[in-house]
Amino acid sequence: MKLLLSLLFCLCIPAVFAAEANTPKLDIGKGGQCVKDTQWMRINHMHLLIHQRDEAVRKGIRSEQISLKNCVDCHASTKDDSVVARDDSFCVGCHRYAAVSIDCFECHASKRKIALANKDAQ
Amino acid sequence: MSDLNTQRRQFLKTTLGAAAVAIAPGMLLFDVAHGNPQAAASGKVRWGMLVDINQCKDGCNDCVTACNKENGLSGGTKSTDPQWIRKISIKDVSTGHEQSLPMMCQHCEHPPCVDVCPTQASFKRADGIVLVDRHRCIGCRYCMMACPYKARSFVHEPLENQNPDVPRGKGTVEACNMCVLRIDNGLQPACVEGCQNKAILFGDLNDANSEIAKKIQSVASVQVRADLQLNTGIRYQGL
Amino acid sequence: MADLSALRFKNQMFYVLLAAGGLVVMAGLFAVYMMESHGHIITGMNNQIVWGLPHVFAIFLIVAASGVLNVASIGSVFGKSIYKARAPLAGLLSLAMLGGGLAVLMLDLGRPDRFIVAATNYNITSVFAWNIVLYTGMFSLVLIYIWTMMEQRMNGWTKPAGFAVFAWRFILTTGTGLIFAFLIARQAYGSAILPPMFIVLSFAWGFAVFHIVQSVIYAWNDKTLDPEIMRSKKNLLGVFVIGALYLVAVYHMTNLYFSHKTGFENFILLDGGIFPNLFWWGYVVLGNLVPLALIYVPGLGKGKCVFMASSLIVLGGFALLYVFIIGGQAYPLDIFPGYEVSSTFADGQITEYHPSIYEFLLGFAGLAIAFLITTVSVRILNFMPKDKPYIAD
Repeated sequence: MKLLLSLLFCLCIPAVFAAEANTPKLDIGKGGQCVKDTQWMRINHMHLLIHQRDEAVRKGIRSEQISLKNCVDCHASTKDDSVVARDDSFCVGCHRYAAVSIDCFECHASKRKIALANKDAQ
Repeated sequence: MSDLNTQRRQFLKTTLGAAAVAIAPGMLLFDVAHGNPQAAASGKVRWGMLVDINQCKDGCNDCVTACNKENGLSGGTKSTDPQWIRKISIKDVSTGHEQSLPMMCQHCEHPPCVDVCPTQASFKRADGIVLVDRHRCIGCRYCMMACPYKARSFVHEPLENQNPDVPRGKGTVEACNMCVLRIDNGLQPACVEGCQNKAILFGDLNDANSEIAKKIQSVASVQVRADLQLNTGIRYQGL
Repeated sequence: MADLSALRFKNQMFYVLLAAGGLVVMAGLFAVYMMESHGHIITGMNNQIVWGLPHVFAIFLIVAASGVLNVASIGSVFGKSIYKARAPLAGLLSLAMLGGGLAVLMLDLGRPDRFIVAATNYNITSVFAWNIVLYTGMFSLVLIYIWTMMEQRMNGWTKPAGFAVFAWRFILTTGTGLIFAFLIARQAYGSAILPPMFIVLSFAWGFAVFHIVQSVIYAWNDKTLDPEIMRSKKNLLGVFVIGALYLVAVYHMTNLYFSHKTGFENFILLDGGIFPNLFWWGYVVLGNLVPLALIYVPGLGKGKCVFMASSLIVLGGFALLYVFIIGGQAYPLDIFPGYEVSSTFADGQITEYHPSIYEFLLGFAGLAIAFLITTVSVRILNFMPKDKPYIAD
């Protein structure tokens, strides 16, 4: 049993290293921390978004801090103003790595508001 | 035994008290919801509009243009293009009298679209605004069949560069949302502001002191298809 | 030796049929993929005709799925032995058509990927939501019913299961009719006669589909149907067809009587282009009068005639549903009664509808799913009706 466990453990080591080595390099845009620390957000951002979305849409409670629009405003790339345009864009990079499809940006704008406003003005 | 009873009563009292204290701020918040985006929509408010058709000019399309701009609609009028608000020209068949009026979601008190929606994606907010929760909409289009005003559109094509404040996308149904975000921020709906002739009056039908409540009390106004008894939030004057 | 080669040929034929059915399903899935990536703009549907050809196929399949169980009910509930022998096949056909119809309905959604949303958010006032329960309930009940018939130890339970299916299928078709009956605003719908009309239509369509399938199975196995059984069945089919025609007539008569609906009736019955043609020639003549003649005219009413009649009844059913669903939406909604209206959103105008190839592909995929389920099951399990020499009961 011990042997089996240690064998399994040994098998895990390269996997861990590989994971570290392949972690996606993200274009985090302006970045910075506004809601919670990075690690917490990595794990829990979807719960915040879903909770906030139901509160806002169905009850009209609009949080100033937690909103997808704000996430996009800070984390969109400084180069192309988008969170999904390239392979290393803020949302796409991680989601592709974790093989989780994003269903937000079929409806929500994936670019920061100012960029879209400028485009309108032109 | 009696000791146990008192203990239980005491426990109930304390928990009820604590619950009341916990709920009270929420209940209070519920009452102050004008122009405060952080507060929940209040059930005491009923948003509505009064459209004065005599002020509405035939051929003028300003409300439609304002709506399209605010909500990022293309403005196209193909049979597959969404239209949240449209101008209808009407002519009385027996008298030949012609008029023109804007038609959009009538924000019914008893909306048929909400009744028929299988997933509760169509819903009525506490303040009377009828909305589509597009996170839940599966695109069955039953609400479009049920709406007596043809107020709803289906998004037939993939969309890009939506207004960040107005998310909309392929495969879901949408309609006039009374510019809900503007209302939550204390502004007027875009069509009301866009109308040069001030033909649309917006306000809280439940607030006896509001301009709209006073006006509907003093002038004759009707609901479209009043026979269906849906009690619409949009009323028309001069129809 | 000759026998053996015939058997081999049939074996090959079976796989050819499977491949053909599979191909049609694949084509349907391709259509779904296209509709998913381009949106519904590639279909003929628009903001006026919101339900199109896929719904015609789906509703036909679902209504017929309920009606075909009539064969089983007459056996299990009313104890007629020739129908009892056919109950397992009827149950199978019901499952197959329900599966095909629901697949079409689901895959036509704007967001079929949100299937879980539909299953977890339930609106108790929605007829659609009721139907989700009715359809799944029907599926499980019919499965149990077939099980009680095919597993000898469970035979004792066949009668109660048959009763449950009998009751459930009435409620199910009522639910299908209510989808339209509850639409207050549109002239074509919003009528209390629609649920009973759908129930009787389901009898006729279900019986016709059953007869077609049974004829094919008998021909495949080189068997002939006892003429006595044929006579009894075709007479019942005729009665159902007459009953359905009667209710459709009553539906239009009541509409004609309400003056706010006469405009719509004129459109459907007289001057609506394709719709009056489909109604009178497609449904009334080809779907009713010709089949009735084939069934009742002395000298006719033999195997081939009844097969023809059944096929025509099915085609007539499609014609009626096309007129009912699409015609009902093509006629303008009366928002301002007594006014002539015009707008950019087709107010006051009759809407054109041209179904696209993708809608046909999706619809036929529904039929193909039903076909595949039936073909495979009939080959693997024993659904062949086992008749004793016919004794009138």
